[in-house]
Amino acid sequence: MSGRDLLAFALRALTGHRLRSALSLLGVAIGVAAVVLLTALGEGARRYVTQQFESLGSNVLIVMPGRVETTGGVPGFGGVPNDLTLADLEAIRRGVPSVSRIAPLAVGTETIAFGDRRRQVPVAGTTRDMLDIRHLTVARGDYLPRETGREPAVVVLGQTVANELFPGLDPVGQVVRIGAWRMRVIGVNASRGVQMGTNFDEFVIVPVATAMRMFDRSSLFRVLIEVRSHGELDQAKAAVEALLTARHRELDVTCLTQDAVLTGLNSILGALTLALGGIAAVSLAVAGVGIMNVMLISVSERTREVGLLKALGAGRRQVLSVFLAEAVMLSGAGGVVGLAVGFVAVQVLIGFYPGLPARPPLWAVVAASVLSLLVGAGFGVLPARRAMRLEPVAALSRR
Amino acid sequence: MIRLEGISRTFDVGGRPVRALQDVTETIAAGEHVAVMGPSGSGKSTLLNILGCLDRPSAGSYTLDGREVAQQGDGELTLVRRNLIGFVFQFFHLVPRLTAQENVELPMVFAGVPPRERRDRAAAALASVGLEDRATHRPDQLSGGERQRVALARATVMGPRVLLADEPTGNLDSASGRQVLDVLERLNASGLTLVVVTHDFKVARRSGRVVMLLDGRIAKRVAASHVQEIADVLAGEAR
Ligand SMILES: Nc1ncnc2c1ncn2[C@@H]1O[C@H](COP(=O)(O)OP(=O)(O)O)[C@@H](O)[C@H]1O
Ligand SMILES: [Mg+2]
Repeated sequence: MSGRDLLAFALRALTGHRLRSALSLLGVAIGVAAVVLLTALGEGARRYVTQQFESLGSNVLIVMPGRVETTGGVPGFGGVPNDLTLADLEAIRRGVPSVSRIAPLAVGTETIAFGDRRRQVPVAGTTRDMLDIRHLTVARGDYLPRETGREPAVVVLGQTVANELFPGLDPVGQVVRIGAWRMRVIGVNASRGVQMGTNFDEFVIVPVATAMRMFDRSSLFRVLIEVRSHGELDQAKAAVEALLTARHRELDVTCLTQDAVLTGLNSILGALTLALGGIAAVSLAVAGVGIMNVMLISVSERTREVGLLKALGAGRRQVLSVFLAEAVMLSGAGGVVGLAVGFVAVQVLIGFYPGLPARPPLWAVVAASVLSLLVGAGFGVLPARRAMRLEPVAALSRR
Repeated sequence: MIRLEGISRTFDVGGRPVRALQDVTETIAAGEHVAVMGPSGSGKSTLLNILGCLDRPSAGSYTLDGREVAQQGDGELTLVRRNLIGFVFQFFHLVPRLTAQENVELPMVFAGVPPRERRDRAAAALASVGLEDRATHRPDQLSGGERQRVALARATVMGPRVLLADEPTGNLDSASGRQVLDVLERLNASGLTLVVVTHDFKVARRSGRVVMLLDGRIAKRVAASHVQEIADVLAGEAR
């Protein structure tokens, strides 16, 4: 019996019971569609985060006070860390030759007011280098000065803040109050939207020393370092750590590279995708039970036919293959339908969330397809063996 | 062609043995036309199933075409059924979702005959039973007589040596029954060994000789012309 004959015979049997076949096929289709959709969701989240990180630049080193395990993100319990200061920053700028730009970051929250309009905003203190390190652009006016010495009382507004405080007005040149401080607006940032879960358009940017005084901080929140090339990143990291260890008499800072953070996040989100796919795959096993049920019914209904096939010279193996082929065709067709539905569902999802780069990973598509066939083969074995074992006489004698 | 020696078949029904056949010894020569008669439950179908290798005897030896088949394995029996034996049943047993043509092709599908040859041979077999214009009909679009003739075409398309028929006219009106009988006789005339189980004396009369079973034993052997003797015995049994 050729493979083609087998398929033709099985197909005839399945189309003889359209509704029943369609329903048992539906189970597999739902399972496969779920695998496709859920892994696309997980993969979309992973890609989204990766993109966000890559927009930061791949040769940036982030220094933060305190020891933090880089991959787990759980703070260690050392002593109280020394402050990370602007003096440290200057030491790095002078002492590590591969550093091309370096910018401090101090953060806090304060009320900004212009006339009777006021608003609570996050305030970031930094220098001009931040503009280049983060690839920011200024929409209007100018950015902060490069120097950290004698600082002018100036502020750069985020888009949202500018729009709310100065509706229909050019903010550049106006004087606003930030807390108790009077500062002149020198520029407005170009819109950056939401990045890494933070809406930078809501920030106001002031010179770093001003920010530290404003919030009464002795330590910087972060130091961002741009290294000349990606290849020098590890060496620069080691040099920065060595330098700060010498200055602080212990290693009490954490140096993060994009790579380390990304690798950590990637593996977490990859595992999440895998888990989602696994959960969806469980529904495939449930669908397999459905197929087994339908095949058992089919075998008992067709007992006479099995006897007849044997009387006509069908061997045990052939009877087994006929029923196995039916089960595999059922689940395989379910798999095809499921893939189609899954991909359509992903497109619909992207329609609702255009920013999410959702796309099922290849491994998930392949695994779901293979699994759908295996489900048919696996759960089809029991009914097919039952058919194979039927004695021809016993089978035929039933009317 | 067929040699049965001391064939018994015992079924286990709820722990109690039912002797369907007891010590049956019979020889059927190649090309013979034998009718098997007997009251209901006398073991006729059991005998035919053993002859057709659909069932194995509990004891005794069965030689078919020179080889002992009673104790052979499944694989060999499949080949015997496929190549040496044709079977027709009282209830036709056509596959309902397949056309007449496809039903006739079925044994060749299992035998691995290539599709083109299969089509030609099935068409020829259908033509030989006068159903060439019914090839694309499904069984529910055929009359009883036509169904049985399709079954006959299917039983003979592999060119078997023995044709076994279990009450082939039992479910047919007399005109259809005669047509089926005509086909059977023609096949027998061309050399096919024929064993027909029947209740119908008109059918038995057209055979070569008649074997009568009673309670699983051969009770009588007569020439077809003396089938009246069997009728008398059966009438006596019924009383
Ligand atoms: N598969 C079976 N299991 C149990 N008993 C059976 C089976 N087949 C036949 N028998 C018994 O064997 C006897 C002969 O049956 P059968 O050969 O069908 O008779 P016939 O065809 O002459 O009417 C009967 O008593 C029947 O009940
Ligand atoms: Mg019977």
